[in-house]
Amino acid sequence: MASKVIHAFYNDDDVLMHAVKKVKAAKHHIEEVYCPFPVHGLDKAMGLAPTRIAITSFMYGCVGLAVSIVMMNYIMIQDWPQDIGGKPSFSYLENMPAFVPIMFELTVFFAAHLMVITFYLRSRLWPFKEAENPDVRTTDDHFLMEIEIHNNEQELRDLLMDTGAVEINITEK
Amino acid sequence: MYTFSNRLKIASFILMAVGVLGIGIGFMAAPSTVEEAKAIVAGHGDGHGDAHAVAEGHGAEMEHGDAHDASHDEHLLHQLQNKPWAALYVAAFFFFMIALGVLAFYAIQRAAQAGWSPLLFRVMEGITAYLVPGGIVVFVILALSVAHMNHLFVWMDPEVVAHDKLLQGKAGFLNGTFFLIRAAIFLGGWILYREYSRKLSLAQDESNDDSNFKLNFRISAGFLVFYLISESMMSWDWIMSVDPHWFSTLFGWYIFASMFVSGITVIAMVTIYLKSRGYLPDVNDSHIHDLAKFMFGISIFWTYLWFSQFMLIWYSNIPEEVTYFVTRIADFNLPFFGMVAMNFLFPVLLLMNSDFKRTNWFVVMTGIVILAGHYMDIFNAIMPATVGDQWYIGIPEIGSILFFAGFFIFFVFRALTKAPLQPKRNPFIEESKHFHY
Repeated sequence: MASKVIHAFYNDDDVLMHAVKKVKAAKHHIEEVYCPFPVHGLDKAMGLAPTRIAITSFMYGCVGLAVSIVMMNYIMIQDWPQDIGGKPSFSYLENMPAFVPIMFELTVFFAAHLMVITFYLRSRLWPFKEAENPDVRTTDDHFLMEIEIHNNEQELRDLLMDTGAVEINITEK
Repeated sequence: MYTFSNRLKIASFILMAVGVLGIGIGFMAAPSTVEEAKAIVAGHGDGHGDAHAVAEGHGAEMEHGDAHDASHDEHLLHQLQNKPWAALYVAAFFFFMIALGVLAFYAIQRAAQAGWSPLLFRVMEGITAYLVPGGIVVFVILALSVAHMNHLFVWMDPEVVAHDKLLQGKAGFLNGTFFLIRAAIFLGGWILYREYSRKLSLAQDESNDDSNFKLNFRISAGFLVFYLISESMMSWDWIMSVDPHWFSTLFGWYIFASMFVSGITVIAMVTIYLKSRGYLPDVNDSHIHDLAKFMFGISIFWTYLWFSQFMLIWYSNIPEEVTYFVTRIADFNLPFFGMVAMNFLFPVLLLMNSDFKRTNWFVVMTGIVILAGHYMDIFNAIMPATVGDQWYIGIPEIGSILFFAGFFIFFVFRALTKAPLQPKRNPFIEESKHFHY
């Protein structure tokens, strides 16, 4: 499946933002934008759906909290009750204040790590993966907008030149 | 220019009038003799069998037999006499602390040269205008305590100090004269900064360079150093010293968290109110969103400090320290744990969602709960040592809240009419107008 795409390069994030808005206004579908750093508001300008990672983060936090409660109950109350500071009450609830730091830490730990892993899975990233960005300059100082061509090469070329692109390439994908 | 709407002005007068009535009833109903005190307690149908558990400040040495009963009854009398005073003091301090929290927030915005907040500076300056009347009221109450008009601070009673080695040791710091001198220095410093910074802020509007803005930045950074030290000492003096045997090293931070979150909440509420009246046209959802993020974050910060203080004392279980929490869990169970629900669970669950932080009525509703929760925080800090198990949220308490709410509204909104609500020449005003999250 060979489809032709047009690559427009920009060297400034403000110019890029304006270009994205113009291209969207002209009703073209932007495949992808490659940036050397996150550009604030770019997702909204491209019309991407809002991220749902915050919801997963909340759920992972709840899992972490549950794991810590079960874990501390097993370790400190059921399996091997210990007398620490004269508090051998053998009751989870009565010893609960001592477990709060652990409950907090595991909530944060689960939320943070599982959220990162989710992000990697969702973005199809893994160690030693070949880079997908079409041009190495997008990791340095250039921004790249990728648009698929449907027999409108010249029109797109004019539009993109108009938005302040510094270079335009056509490639097979 | 904002004009103080007549309806709001009348509402503030009504609040003050009803409040004065409530405070008056509280003072009238307070007993003047031991017999009256006993009659009040008997009339309420609850015996005072375990009232001696909270015999703070009357020393650990208990007299025996009849002498014990007599001192017991006198203690009850003092608790009931303290009730209207404590109610007045808690409410006076609570509303003063809102203005002080806003002052700290304002100084931080100035010192950080924040770009998002200049649109809200006039709102903050309006709220901090309450520092003068509110500070005077708090100072008068403290001076009346030093003058032995009430027994809020047991260390002010020479009888008690004479029988108490610990208080004798602390007398170099905890004595009436030095206490009032310190209070005057704290209040003087805060008010001085507030007035000077306000003057520079207004001068910046008319000036043609940024010199006022830069000077404001420098004095704000310097003020924050003074503020952190003075606020911490203020919390020992005005709040922690009602339990003069007890101390906590993070108390200053803990009270700071309370005043900070209450102050930010009030900034959000006043901003939303002004916006609903058609003022502050350039304030957008993102500004409210940012304030709500602060409300959310500082609520968690408050809980962190509350729990840190509690857990260390609970774990080490040293009698001198743990009495503080034993009293609160035994006699103040509902307000003590209810406050954690109001100050932590409620804001965390309601303000976690990003969209809710931009919904005005959600922010206002959560704000009301946060403010009530932090009133309870101050209530729980003052009441156990002053009224013990005779606490009740009744006419004197609610009357005091209403009075100071009216007092607060009157002075804050009167100050808002004094200058245009939008700074003209703040170098960051454009950034603030276009602030977008």
